[in-house]
Amino acid sequence: MLLIECPFCGPRAEVEFRCSGEGHIARPETPENISDEAWADYVYMRTNPKGLHFERWMHQHGCRRWFCVARDTVTHKIRAIYKLGEAKPALDEPKTEGEGA
Amino acid sequence: MPRPRYSIFSLARNALAYHQNWTEAWRSPAPKPHYKVIIVGAGGHGLSTAYYLAKEHGITDVAVLDKGWLGGGNVARNTTIVRSDYLFGESIALYDKSLSMWHDLSRELNFNTMFSPRGIVKLIHNRDGQREAERRFNALRLAGVDSEMLTPLQVKRLAPMVDISPGAAHPVLGATLQRRGGIARHDAVAWGYARAADALGVDMIQHCEVTGFRIEGGRVKGVETVQGFIGADAVALVPAGHVGVLAAKAGFRLPIESVTMQAMVSEPVKPCLDTVVMSPIPFSLSQSDKGEFVFGMSTEPYNSYSQRGTLPHIEEISANAVSVLPGLSRLRMLRKWGGVLDVSRDVSPIMGRTPVEGMYVNCGWGTGGFKSIPGSGWAFSHMIAQDRPHDLMLPFGLDRFAAGALIDEHAASGSFEAFK
Repeated sequence: MLLIECPFCGPRAEVEFRCSGEGHIARPETPENISDEAWADYVYMRTNPKGLHFERWMHQHGCRRWFCVARDTVTHKIRAIYKLGEAKPALDEPKTEGEGA
Repeated sequence: MPRPRYSIFSLARNALAYHQNWTEAWRSPAPKPHYKVIIVGAGGHGLSTAYYLAKEHGITDVAVLDKGWLGGGNVARNTTIVRSDYLFGESIALYDKSLSMWHDLSRELNFNTMFSPRGIVKLIHNRDGQREAERRFNALRLAGVDSEMLTPLQVKRLAPMVDISPGAAHPVLGATLQRRGGIARHDAVAWGYARAADALGVDMIQHCEVTGFRIEGGRVKGVETVQGFIGADAVALVPAGHVGVLAAKAGFRLPIESVTMQAMVSEPVKPCLDTVVMSPIPFSLSQSDKGEFVFGMSTEPYNSYSQRGTLPHIEEISANAVSVLPGLSRLRMLRKWGGVLDVSRDVSPIMGRTPVEGMYVNCGWGTGGFKSIPGSGWAFSHMIAQDRPHDLMLPFGLDRFAAGALIDEHAASGSFEAFK
């Protein structure tokens, strides 16, 4: 189980949180002027990396506030936790050799 | 190249020779410099695609590449449930084609897939669930696919372990039943397709990770691998959980996120459950031929390529199963494992073209991969051979996301948590 450092409440167990997927996805400024493909890209397409992933999490059974997590999708190691609106921290891409088809 | 047929006589003959003379089930050739079709991923879907390409379309200049060993991914990691009780017509047609093929698969492949159509009982615990079940039941009957509504007493007759008392934490209001559904032997499906495809001339190339693609003028020319460059007229991506990694190498993104789904198995006990029991609370359950209870779970809550799940999830699923089947409470668990599922945004598969010419993708099966192996390969081989989607897979193209024509199977797929 992950121990997650909520920026507002401190370290708590994984089961208190909800992961809401990839972060840093900006809503198009003028949706009415973009193509269906560009809109689908915003709504549905995801980077889905093996390795370093920048995500949004919410402390659902705590303060219910949102924040950002940089996490490794192979080892689940949390690399950084920062607040919404802050820029992505500069982190090295981990080596992810190993399992998988 | 002809292979000796498996039969009761070959078994007896080899038994008398102390099993010293069995021949290999497939060759392990070095890759040729060029193939007509390269399939990336030697799992159930990749191998069945190769088999039907050779058998139905006469294309035998085919290689199936895998990063690891053949059949070592999700086809070896699922809970082997085969059913077609989905909600929307597009899904029902595709999954039911597959279910029909399962019934004759052992004979088709000359390999015992141990398919056991023992029926799928999907429990109903509340009135919302009742409405969902009745809607699905009606959709299936309108599509001409078998489905039955059961009363609690009928559930008790089929699966006496289920607690149907009104005071239960999750009272059983009834169930749907699909009698043609069941379970099969997971490895046998991969090995059966591999052996049958090999006999038709398809090359299985294991431990051959694809590291990149050679794309010229928007058209794929071949794949870069750890064993060198291999040219190809067409490349089919069927790598399940790792499809996003390969798509990134080819320069496009997919509406897919990779998550873990776990399963676990108990110690073997005497036969006491001869049907598959599924519940939306959630858990799924069947008893294997060896007597072990096989527990299926729902998807884990965050992206992962780790092939292992979290302990809180095991606790939750165990509690769910024990609350509905109290007799399980003293079972001891033997082992648990996880697989990397490629879950699409509408929990339906993505089959068809990619932005790269000559490159096709078959992914997003997520929680429904095992049951769909025969039908998926059968339809997808048509696409590769004729560069034209088969009618069955037409609604499942990547273009449905821009068009808004989603096929939302969250309720029927087994990914019980609405994904994000």
